[in-house]
Amino acid sequence: MMRIDWIGKVQHLLQVLAFCLVVASIQYAFQPDKPYAPTMVYSLFIGFYTWSVIDIGRHLLPSSRETGWPQGVAGVGIVVAGILVGWFMGNASADTLCRVYGLYSGPPPDPVADRRNSILITILAGVTASYYFYAQNRGAYLERKMAEAHQHANEARLKLLETQLEPHMLFNTLANLRMLIGLDPPRAQGMLDHMIAYLRATLDASRAATHTLQAEFDRLRDYLELMTVRMGPRLAYELQLPPELANHPVPALLLQPLVENSIQHGLEPKVEGGRIAVSARREGEQLVLEVADTGVGPNGDAASAKGFGMRQVRERLATLHGDGATFDFAAAPGGGARTILRLPFRP
Amino acid sequence: MTTSRATALIAEDEPLLAQALRAELTSAWPQLEVVATVGDGASAVTQALALKPDVLFFDIRMPGQSGLDAAAELADEWPHDHPFPALVFVTAYDQYAVQAFETQAVDYVLKPVQPARLRKTVAKLQDALAKRAQGANDIEATLGQLRNLLGQVGEPAAASAQGPLKMLQVSVGTSIRMVPVEEVVYFEAADKYVRVLTAGHEYLIRTPLKELLPQLDARQFWQVHRGTVVRADAIDSVTRDEAGKLHLVLRGRTEKLAVSRLYAHLFKAM
Repeated sequence: MMRIDWIGKVQHLLQVLAFCLVVASIQYAFQPDKPYAPTMVYSLFIGFYTWSVIDIGRHLLPSSRETGWPQGVAGVGIVVAGILVGWFMGNASADTLCRVYGLYSGPPPDPVADRRNSILITILAGVTASYYFYAQNRGAYLERKMAEAHQHANEARLKLLETQLEPHMLFNTLANLRMLIGLDPPRAQGMLDHMIAYLRATLDASRAATHTLQAEFDRLRDYLELMTVRMGPRLAYELQLPPELANHPVPALLLQPLVENSIQHGLEPKVEGGRIAVSARREGEQLVLEVADTGVGPNGDAASAKGFGMRQVRERLATLHGDGATFDFAAAPGGGARTILRLPFRP
Repeated sequence: MTTSRATALIAEDEPLLAQALRAELTSAWPQLEVVATVGDGASAVTQALALKPDVLFFDIRMPGQSGLDAAAELADEWPHDHPFPALVFVTAYDQYAVQAFETQAVDYVLKPVQPARLRKTVAKLQDALAKRAQGANDIEATLGQLRNLLGQVGEPAAASAQGPLKMLQVSVGTSIRMVPVEEVVYFEAADKYVRVLTAGHEYLIRTPLKELLPQLDARQFWQVHRGTVVRADAIDSVTRDEAGKLHLVLRGRTEKLAVSRLYAHLFKAM
């Protein structure tokens, strides 16, 4: 059962009662020969019962949880039920009250015409008020959804930055750098340059949506060079980018999480290390990007395929190309893991 | 008193960092002889057992076996007649709250290694070795801390919200067999599986022991070895062999189970 916001309900009730007074006043304006008091009492009672059924009842229907209003037939049904209950019970209650307090006066009413009028007014008022609250709910719901989506996007950006500036990676690289400064200053400078390029690319990635495949491969080289210093002979890599594809645009740092994944879950757990091969090729109207490693393979570590990095690549492809792009992560034929991305080729 | 030569083993998978630590140690503790440098957990264990160094520097993240697991295995395999080495963990990032280590038996150094911080560690190590030379071998403190560290690494008990596990779903051929946990005598890790042993049967489940453990009632099921979890009620008696190792005799099963030194504290006469 959903928790009901009772203050909100009281506000709704007051709005409904105010609306009923307006309806009663308009009715009185059209028929000034009739006394105002009974019209008002009828209007208030019908409004009250209709409100009770619709506003409280809609919380009993499960479909109303998200939008605050039942979907489809139930949404219409509850309004019809509200109006029916409102009309019958409201009329009965108001009639009793008017008799007890002697509010009827003037000429005896014409029952048939009166009934027709009151049914018409109840339906019109019920539908109008329901639509008003429905629109209000829907607006609030959409606004809430938008705020949520906004927050998701921010979180994803932050998470991406966190994974790429992972503290283990950062401090181990710095520790290596510290050692190299004393041991081999030119190599230290080279490593620092790769690190600067890597950091800049990582921090810029949230701003630039796409860059060329050449830029993508350059950033991969920076990262792999850093990792080569750290892992020494345990890491070998190969980047294959045909010159005719060098200027093809790709989402910035799309392949980065895949290469990181290969290192973290494929090669790092393996004592003897291994090899990573990244390649791009054109197959008909598709651009095929492949990241393969000779690590422990997808079964070695269950987390590898479900990690944030992989999910993020999938989501980015889906947002950009929908069904036009595919993502395939599987065991490589010769051991290790292989990810193949296919996206539409843009001449 | 610190002039006596001490030996050390370094386990670090990044060659430059191993070299860096070695260089820093040479200046901070010239008398220390680094007898071996290895790049993975399994080699660390075999080399440590072969060379019996006084001090171990273990990187936490290593290929194959982590530094913590290697230390736990070493604690099991270490001969009883030999003092257990002083342990220092080396890591790039303090996921284990470094402060906790400042006054403890097991020390902890962050990468990049800072000379001043390393000198503090060296002083502590020298102090510990000197005490050990006087006959005090405080392996219990080391084991206790190692237990805590290993406990921290395990997944937080996500299942504890639903209470401890009551039934195991075991696939037997094409059907699923429901095995009440109170019928289990012990669980044993076997490669990617866990063997489930009851009085009359043996089953295999795919859930790793590390994930299974938090779901079990800790008062009922005791971990007695890296790869063994026993139902306490099923233990009949505990015997000690000539090498000082503990073994469990079980009710309902004939095999004996070895108790790791890490968990030997569970079995003390009242």
